[in-house]
Amino acid sequence: MDLSYGTEYDDYRDEVRAFIKEHGHKSPASSKQGNKPDTEDKAWQKLLIERGYAARIIPKEYGGYGGEADLLKSVIIDEEFDGAGVSKGLGGQGISMLVPTLLELGTDEQKKKWIKPTLMGDIFWAQGYSEPGAGSDLASLQTKAHVEDGKFVINGQKIWTSSAHFADMMFILVRTEPDAPKHKGISYLLLPMDTPGIEIKPLVTMTGEATFNEVFFEDVKVPTDQIVAKRGEGWMVANATLKHERGMLGDPRQSSSLLHQVVALMNEESVNGVRLMDSPLFRDRLLKLQGRVMAMQYNSMRLLTNDLSGNTELMPILVVKLIGTHLNQDICGLAIDALGELGVLYDDSKYLRNSGMWQTRYMFMLGLIIGGGTSHIQKNIISEHGLGMPREPKPQLKA
Amino acid sequence: MEFGYSEEQKMLDESIRRFVNSEIPLDRIRELVLEGTGFDQTIWNGLSELGVLGVIIPEEFGGAGMGFLDATIIQESLGYVVAPAPFLGTCIMAPTAILAAGSDDQKNKWLPEIAAGNLKVGLGLSEVTGVRENAGVTFEGGKVSGKAMFVIDGECADGYILAAGKSTLVWVAAGAAGLTKTKLNTVDNTRGVVELVLDGVEAELIGSAGSEAAAVQKVIDAGRTALAADLLGTSQRMLERAVEYAKERKQFNRVIASFQGLKHTCATMAADLEPCRAMVWYAAHCQQEIADEATLLACQVKSHLSEVSTPIANDTTLVHGGMGFTDLMGLHFWFKRIGLSRQLLGSPESVREEAAVLQGWIAA
Ligand SMILES: Cc1cc2nc3c(=O)[nH]c(=O)nc-3n(C[C@H](O)[C@H](O)[C@H](O)COP(=O)(O)OP(=O)(O)OC[C@H]3O[C@@H](n4cnc5c(N)ncnc54)[C@H](O)[C@@H]3O)c2cc1C
Repeated sequence: MDLSYGTEYDDYRDEVRAFIKEHGHKSPASSKQGNKPDTEDKAWQKLLIERGYAARIIPKEYGGYGGEADLLKSVIIDEEFDGAGVSKGLGGQGISMLVPTLLELGTDEQKKKWIKPTLMGDIFWAQGYSEPGAGSDLASLQTKAHVEDGKFVINGQKIWTSSAHFADMMFILVRTEPDAPKHKGISYLLLPMDTPGIEIKPLVTMTGEATFNEVFFEDVKVPTDQIVAKRGEGWMVANATLKHERGMLGDPRQSSSLLHQVVALMNEESVNGVRLMDSPLFRDRLLKLQGRVMAMQYNSMRLLTNDLSGNTELMPILVVKLIGTHLNQDICGLAIDALGELGVLYDDSKYLRNSGMWQTRYMFMLGLIIGGGTSHIQKNIISEHGLGMPREPKPQLKA
Repeated sequence: MEFGYSEEQKMLDESIRRFVNSEIPLDRIRELVLEGTGFDQTIWNGLSELGVLGVIIPEEFGGAGMGFLDATIIQESLGYVVAPAPFLGTCIMAPTAILAAGSDDQKNKWLPEIAAGNLKVGLGLSEVTGVRENAGVTFEGGKVSGKAMFVIDGECADGYILAAGKSTLVWVAAGAAGLTKTKLNTVDNTRGVVELVLDGVEAELIGSAGSEAAAVQKVIDAGRTALAADLLGTSQRMLERAVEYAKERKQFNRVIASFQGLKHTCATMAADLEPCRAMVWYAAHCQQEIADEATLLACQVKSHLSEVSTPIANDTTLVHGGMGFTDLMGLHFWFKRIGLSRQLLGSPESVREEAAVLQGWIAA
C-alpha cells in the first residue's frame, strides 16, 4: 500500500481548488443530469477535459485529456469537486458505457469517429438491449437483423430504452445468427436514430417523466461496417459494456456527492428548532451511510489499482452495482426522512427543497436497482461467478 | 377472549372490500390523481350509502355508533385501493376531536353533518408533531393567526380543526376572512394536503383554551393508528400484486416465481407484513378500550408499519422489473401513498422518540 500524498499531490490539490474557485460558478446544476447536454453543459465538459478533470486517461487522439492513470489524482478530483458541489462533467450511457467498450473492442476508425463527439456531448447515445420478452434473460432477445445489399436490416422491438427520444445514436443488440446457440447469435451494432423505419414511443415512469421508451424497428438499414467486433460476438461485447454500466450505476462518486448534499441539508434544516445534525438519530443514520460510502470508495480505489495492474479479481467489481444502487437510494431515503413532511413535497410545491430532487432521486435510484441487471440478478452473479456456486436447477416439470 | 374480528366486523370488512374493489378501479384513480383534490363525490356517496362515514360517531349524533376497530377496517380498505377519500381527517380524526373536547352544542352541530356526508374536515396538527418553517398557530380573543402546514385532507374540506399550540383546539370555517389556503403538492396525489395561513381568522374554540392537551393527543393517536391501517392495506395490495405478477411473468423459460431469490423477496414481505395485521387490530382496540396503552401503541404501530411498508413498496416495484418503474402498472400510486403516510404526523424516528419519552426512558 503506497498512498503517500507527496508534495506533487499537495500541489495538485491546490491546483484543483484554484480551478474550482475560478471556474466553479460555470458548473451546471446536478439536477440537469439525464437530459441532452446544452451549451452550458458542453462548455463545462470541454473545460474539464482540457484541464484533465474529465476523460482523464482517454488518449488525446480520441478527444480525451491523454493523462497517465493516477489513483491519487482521481481521488483528489472527486474529493474537491464533490466537496464544492461542482459537476464532474457529462455522464450518460455513451460516455460511461460505449466509450470504454469502443476503447476495448472498437476498430481504430470507430474510435476516431465516435469517441470524441461523444465525450464532447455532441453525440448522445441510447442503449438498445432490453425487449419485452428479454429483460433479465437478455440473451433470449429476438430483434433480428439479416444482411441485404451490404446492409443489416433490423426488425423487432426494444423497450425501456432510456433517452431514445432525444438520442442521436443507439448501440443495439440484434440476433444476426438465428441458427446459432442463443449467446452466439447476437451482434452489436451502432445506428443513427434518424434512420428510416424507427418509431419511438415514450413510456412515462413512476416519477411522472418520460425518460425511457419503446422503440420499434421496421426494415431499418445499417451499413455492415457499423458493427463492433464480429457477427455473433455481440454478447461478448455487451458483457464488456455491462461491466462498465454496472460500474457506473453503483459509482461511489455519486454516492459521495449525494452524501455531501445530505450533510449540507442536515446542517441547514431544523425540526422543532433543533438542527437535524443535532438529532442523534438522524446523525447516526448519516454516519452509517458515510461508512458504507467510504467502503465503496476504497473498493473503487482497489478496482482502479486492479485495472492499472491488469489484476482481474472478480468480487470487488461484482458487488458495485448491487451495493451502490441500494446505498444511493438509502441516502435519498435519509434526506426524505430527515425532512419529514417537507420530504414528500413534489412538483413545484411551496417549500420544496433541492428542487424536489430527493423524491425524484429516491425513485430513480429504485429504477437503477432494476435497470442494468436487477438486484436479484446481481446476487445470482455474485453467488455463481464470485462464489462459484452452481446455478439454480431448472424446475422439475410435473409428469 | 377472542383476538380478531367479530362476526359483524367480518361482514363490514367484506362489504367495504366489495365496494372498493368494484367501485374504485385503477382507471378511476388515474383520473382522480390528475384532479389531486383527494376527494371524489361518487366515492364519498358510496361510503355514505354503506353508512360508514359516521362509523365512530355515536348513534345519538346520527352516526353508526361502531368502534375504532371498525374505522380502521374501513381505512385499511381505502388504503388497499389508494382511494382518494378524506376519511382519515373527516371520519376519524375530526369526530375524535369533537367527541373528546367539544360541547354538546358542537357535537350536535357537526357530528350529524359529518355522518351524513355533508361536512368534510381537514386536520392541522403538524405543529404538535414537528415544527418546520416556523409554523404554528396562536389563538387570542376568538381569532387565530399563524400558519398550519400539512393539513390532512385539507384540499376538499369545508372546515378545519387546528391545534393552536399543544393544548388548544379550534374550528375554522373554510373560506373565512383572513384565511389563505395553498395546496402543498406531495408525491401522493390521492390525498390533498394544504397549508393554511391565518391572519386574525375567526375561530371557534373546541373545549377550552389551553386545557385540551389530552384531546390533542387523542386526535394524533387516532390519526396515527388510522395511517397504520392505511399502510397495512396499501402494502397488502402491493404484496398481492408482486405475487400475481411473479406467477405470470416468464424469463429464462420459466415463471419468475420459480426462482428462489424472488420467492424469498416475496416471502420476506409477507412475513414482515403478516404480524402487522394483529398489531393494527390491537392498536385500534386500545384507542377505544385501553386508554393507558393508546398513545404508545399509536406511536409504535405508525412507525412499525412505516418501516415494514417502505421495503414492500421498493421490492414490489423490483419484482415487476422495468414494468414496475413505469406508470403502466400504476404501482407507483401505492408506492407514493406509502411515502406520504410514512411522514404524516411524524416520521418513524420522531414518533419513536415520543414513545421513549412516554415510557419514561428519556426526559421529554
Ligand atoms: C430506469 C431504467 C432504465 C433502463 N434503461 C435501459 C436502457 O437504456 N436500455 C435497455 O436496453 N434497457 C434498459 N432498462 C431495462 C432493464 O435493463 C431491465 O428492466 C432489467 O434488465 C430487468 O428486465 P425486465 O424489466 O424484463 O424484468 P424481468 O426480467 O421480467 O424481472 C422481473 C423480476 O424477476 C426477477 N428475476 C428475473 N430472473 C431472475 C432470476 N434468474 N433469479 C431471481 N430473480 C429473477 C427480477 O429480479 C425482477 O425482480 C432500464 C430499466 C430501468 C428500470
